[in-house]
Amino acid sequence: MNEIQTSRRSFLKTSAAASGGLLMALHLPGSLGQAMAAGAVHSPNAWVHIGEDNSITIYSSHSEMGQGVHTALPMLVAEELNVDLNQVKVVDAPPGAAYVNALLGAQITGGSTSVRGGWEKLRIAGAQVREMLITAAATHWDVDPDLIKADKGMLLGPKGKKATYGYFAEAATRMPMPEKPPIKDPKNFRIVGKRTKRVDTPAKTNGTAEFGIDVKLPGMVYATVQQCPVIGGKVKSFDAAQAKGMPGVQAVVQISDGVAVVADSWWRAKKASETVKVQWDEGAGAALSDAGVIEGTRQAAKSGKVIEIIKPQGDVAAALKGAAKVLEAEYVSPMQSHSPLEPMNFTAHVQGNKVLLIGPTQFQQGAQGAVAAALKVKPEDITLKTTYLGGGFGRRLELDFIVQAAEISKAVGKPVKLLWTREEDMMHDYYRPAGVNQLKAGLDANGMPTALHFKVASQSVTQRAFGLPKDTLDPFMAEAAVMGYNIPNTQHDLVIHDTGVRVGYWRAVSHSMNAFANESFVDEMAKAAGQDPYAYRMKMLAGKPRFANVLKLAADKAGWGKALPKGRAHGIALMEGYDSYLAQVAEVSLNPDGSVKVHKVTVAADVGHMVNPDTVEAQLQSSIVFGVGAVLKHQITMKNGRVQETNYNSYEPVRMHESPQIDIVLVKSTEKPGGIGEPGTAVAAPAIANAVAALTGKRVRRLPITADALRAA
Amino acid sequence: MSVNFQVNGKPAQANAETDTPLLWVLRDELGMTGTKFGCGAALCGACTVHVNGEAVRSCQTPLNAVAGKKVATVEGLSKNNTHPLQVAWIKHDVPQCGYCQSGQLMSAAALLSKNKNPSDTDIDNAMSGNICRCGTYPRIRAAIKDAATMMRKA
Repeated sequence: MNEIQTSRRSFLKTSAAASGGLLMALHLPGSLGQAMAAGAVHSPNAWVHIGEDNSITIYSSHSEMGQGVHTALPMLVAEELNVDLNQVKVVDAPPGAAYVNALLGAQITGGSTSVRGGWEKLRIAGAQVREMLITAAATHWDVDPDLIKADKGMLLGPKGKKATYGYFAEAATRMPMPEKPPIKDPKNFRIVGKRTKRVDTPAKTNGTAEFGIDVKLPGMVYATVQQCPVIGGKVKSFDAAQAKGMPGVQAVVQISDGVAVVADSWWRAKKASETVKVQWDEGAGAALSDAGVIEGTRQAAKSGKVIEIIKPQGDVAAALKGAAKVLEAEYVSPMQSHSPLEPMNFTAHVQGNKVLLIGPTQFQQGAQGAVAAALKVKPEDITLKTTYLGGGFGRRLELDFIVQAAEISKAVGKPVKLLWTREEDMMHDYYRPAGVNQLKAGLDANGMPTALHFKVASQSVTQRAFGLPKDTLDPFMAEAAVMGYNIPNTQHDLVIHDTGVRVGYWRAVSHSMNAFANESFVDEMAKAAGQDPYAYRMKMLAGKPRFANVLKLAADKAGWGKALPKGRAHGIALMEGYDSYLAQVAEVSLNPDGSVKVHKVTVAADVGHMVNPDTVEAQLQSSIVFGVGAVLKHQITMKNGRVQETNYNSYEPVRMHESPQIDIVLVKSTEKPGGIGEPGTAVAAPAIANAVAALTGKRVRRLPITADALRAA
Repeated sequence: MSVNFQVNGKPAQANAETDTPLLWVLRDELGMTGTKFGCGAALCGACTVHVNGEAVRSCQTPLNAVAGKKVATVEGLSKNNTHPLQVAWIKHDVPQCGYCQSGQLMSAAALLSKNKNPSDTDIDNAMSGNICRCGTYPRIRAAIKDAATMMRKA
């Protein structure tokens, strides 16, 4: 892991300065690479490739994992290139400096950054190519470039002069690349901001979309792996005598993380793998339990070293002393698993120093770096092709399964498709860390807060994944810690506590625990003040128009304050995350078995300028459904270091009959775009928890809110 | 020993061990990768296909159980997305990551083959075995109703 961390660190350092607009022709995948060699396709810049037949390809620097980037990002390029989306083909970019996500410093799909990072960069990229094509045509026709229009793949000059983009594509690559080409005023957008059909839908409705699991190479063999049931444990010895005699089995290979079986079909590999008896050195992880993890985190919250999230405002201690009433509460968020529906897999072909990697990843250069370190080859000798991701949610930022595939291929000297079982996947995740939030507020005689002390204790993913130094603020633990409300005296503290669990970034990251705690606590303050939770929030939002607007829109749309059918109640919550402002109203009742049913979630969202409003809606629906599962149904538990949830029965995501109606209000805005893949997940938790409290009078401060938790409350 | 059956109306033959799940026969032996592996335990529905018109989980259906039977997969709905469910799926832009959608489509197709005017409860009952981790359920529901309307008019 150290080598990987080192390579990631140096990588982050060296790549942070990289920007778009570099000529890129080194790592073109497949047929396009061959076409380039034949001289038929030309690359004015890294984002646009134009064939002499006028075929236009736009590169997506971000992986398509359902969030719609293969549509939204090319929309930005196409807007300025003046082509329709149905005229272009979209492909995944290879690893390359031009494709670095400036918001994260690496070629990473995550953090709801795709549209935010691409908003200007990709429009400029499209405009550059447009201007280079126009300059090429102007030179050739010997006319003023201002007299040439680029429109829908055609260059139109004076006196009926006319040519395709493809005709001038080669010449355009020799034109100077304008650094600041003119880009459109958003009010003149033809594509951006319009509801647009996703480019990947047709392939996803007839079985032709290629996911990692579908990759096939000539001569390819299939592998599966047994890893230590305690994450981090190592192989002491293993007995594969029976496996080796089973049909189709080609090899049993010890790799860094376990024992892999390689066969001529995946099922044969899996059957044989079940017979391999491994003796494990379980290591320090064997002592872990979920109760211990949470209790350790709670102790850390009480007495651990405090890191300031933001400079304190006013004097919290004095304000608490002078308060008419002091409220305190502790909220607990358990560990969670990503469990995307496509289990971890990757295909690798190691040939000497050259490595081919194909599969689903959110972190292209990380994959290159990790495999380079593990196999002691050069990153530039690793070709990587990204397939569709069968879900990511943060799991595919990790590189463990990619290194495994490469190690197995190296051992057997063949192309290998490694595929984990669901059980391996669920028990060997990088889990959303548990979090303990402790909040304290002082209320005045009118019940309004004069002071708020926020404290969160949890584990740092960034320390593990990117080597963030100890005792420094991890910004990915402090998201949504600071609320939008006007409170005169505030203090926000973070305690980083390493529980020993292997943790990872999970959809909405720390927003999920911090918004749950904050917005539950605001409801508790409103109750202590004897005030309506909506009106109470509104009183604290003077001068915060984007917060106040979404809060009002959601409340109005949901019919806040109006009578509901008997046995139902509303809960409301508000958050800013990823530069997007969201308010949700959840309507809940209790099922006969005592579990919570969410009938409807009304969400109002101000995400700034939208690229594809339909995708914004889809992501709101998606993130809310994802959130409902974590609020009401599932968590990861551990006994003797072993994750107890093994498949979708013990860790069961929301199903169709549990999926609420979702009403959406989108705010028209010209603010800079916010991210929308994640924040909805975080807001769902307090909205539902507050509705449950309103319905039952019981405040559940530990997720998930199951029937048992509610009975015990 | 080989097993003969039909896939999407065409004769097929498989040589895998007869206890091999149909899922892996389809994917690795017959090269039909539209049907997906999600859980291996009939919990997620990603592997849903039809056997003699009934929706089944192919990860739990051994090869010998389909001898002489008619298997239908997502590839059999239509290659060019003309099946009413595919039309509706595209109209509503249902898929996100898309991985579960083959199974969702096949469960929906089994429902609509018997019930061309499904209620919300009918949809819940027919579709609750199919997990979508992206949470496309609201659009799946809307698309099924739309497809049902198309099929009633056809």
